[in-house]
Amino acid sequence: MSVFEGFKFRKVSSVIHDLDPRIKFLFVSILFVMAILFTKLLALITLFFIPLPFVFLAKVNRQWIRSLKGAALLATFIFTANFIVGYFYPSSFPEITPPVDSLPEYLMLLERSASMTLRFVVLIASFSVFFLTTSPDHLGLALQESHIPYEFCFAFTTAVRFVPVLADEAQTIMDAQKARGLELERGNLLKRVRNYIPILIPLIVNAIRRSLELAESMESRAWGANAKRTNLYALKLKKADYILVIVSLLMLIVAVYIWLNVSIPSLTTLIGV
Amino acid sequence: MLEVKDLHYTYSTGLEALRGINLTINNGEFLAIMGQNGAGKTTLVKHFNGLLKPTTGTVLVDGINTRDVSVAKLARNVGFVFQNPDHQLFSETVEEEIAFALKNFGFEESVVTKQVDWALNLLDITEYRKTSPFMLSGGERKRVALASILAWDPNIVILDEPTIGQDYQQKEKLQQFIMQLNAQKKTVVVVTHDVEFVAECNPRVILMSKGKILVDGIAEEILTDPKTLIQASIVPPQITQIFLALTDLGLPSNVIDVHEATKIILNRLRGKL
Repeated sequence: MSVFEGFKFRKVSSVIHDLDPRIKFLFVSILFVMAILFTKLLALITLFFIPLPFVFLAKVNRQWIRSLKGAALLATFIFTANFIVGYFYPSSFPEITPPVDSLPEYLMLLERSASMTLRFVVLIASFSVFFLTTSPDHLGLALQESHIPYEFCFAFTTAVRFVPVLADEAQTIMDAQKARGLELERGNLLKRVRNYIPILIPLIVNAIRRSLELAESMESRAWGANAKRTNLYALKLKKADYILVIVSLLMLIVAVYIWLNVSIPSLTTLIGV
Repeated sequence: MLEVKDLHYTYSTGLEALRGINLTINNGEFLAIMGQNGAGKTTLVKHFNGLLKPTTGTVLVDGINTRDVSVAKLARNVGFVFQNPDHQLFSETVEEEIAFALKNFGFEESVVTKQVDWALNLLDITEYRKTSPFMLSGGERKRVALASILAWDPNIVILDEPTIGQDYQQKEKLQQFIMQLNAQKKTVVVVTHDVEFVAECNPRVILMSKGKILVDGIAEEILTDPKTLIQASIVPPQITQIFLALTDLGLPSNVIDVHEATKIILNRLRGKL
């Protein structure tokens, strides 16, 4: 569950927190595109370092590291899966000449698996910075400014806001059922899946009940009475936002240029094995 | 017997919820744990059936260290009734709900049927045995939750805020029922804010504040001591407040029970007539 911790917003004041959410989103989206463009380890290592200044400026190092730790299990899985697939079907990786039986080929395979894993880590690392430094309210506002109907924006921000509430409730329900002798980790796979029914039903029933209550309480406060809404806070681009736009676009241009014209060497060839 | 020795508990968020609790609860004892929100009451009782394991210190249930056994094993002796029945109800019918724990503990089918009948009868809900628990009223759902715990006849019964959200009559019934449990030599531990309820049951009381036990004594002494109570954000029962205000007239200051109060006042009035 700790990977979700890395996506939980905490109110702190910093340069990064104050950036316009739309621009931050543009920035992480460009990072996303770059991570997809490159397959070489060297390039992905470089990409991994790009969000770091943001993490330090926003003072969210602890939470950010926690989200990376949370992603470790999935990362291990990605690495293993790539390694196994690459070993048995070497033709799926262009840089490996089958069969995989000599040291350089093994190293190449390792490097390839590592870069696929790092690609995933870069995605988690950059999106984690985005969610850690953007309040759900700002996110909703950004969606609204992008001309998405207010109902959808509201539904989105409410969903985000209720994630921790639901997580707490799930824990209480688990405790209540454990107190009645339920052992979640017991039995074969099918039994284990069935063990979660006593957790899921109360969780879903309560969520539906809560949403009905929320709807009623919103209606009684005249939600949707006015077709045109105004906001207390309006998003306005500042100097720092423009700088980030320029930096992001430059990054993208350089990345596309490198992708088209430069052949990045693999670490294995650089070491000279 | 429940023995708590120098119990400290810190949540993963860093919140230190219990700071050195020492407590012994003998078999057949009736204990009420009181204190303001966040005092650590629920955290403490969650240690009694192993839902939480001590950060440091020990909790022994009938001599067994809660660290060494699973919740399911401890639950066989320690029944825990959660505050909100909606956190546990999930079955299609009331009788299936009550049978859930019995099946988890591996009782034979004939014993399950017998115990379900017994528990339905005990809480006066036999007429709802084929009804969905979700169709019942709040008070009835609470009784189903209670029946689902008492069905396996645990020696120790823990109730978290049993009187919350109950109408007067239900509360009265529940109170008699809890006292009856204790009369049957069961150890009863109640977590509550309800001073009137405690006043009428007159159990042993511990007051908690900020993760520590402030005082430990009988209800009559603790509920008539406003200075101590205020530290735990509790006010004396209304009848005690009246008697405390009238001590100048020679009325006793240690009255917590309405029936006793009526008797004293009637005697006084008769003496004057």
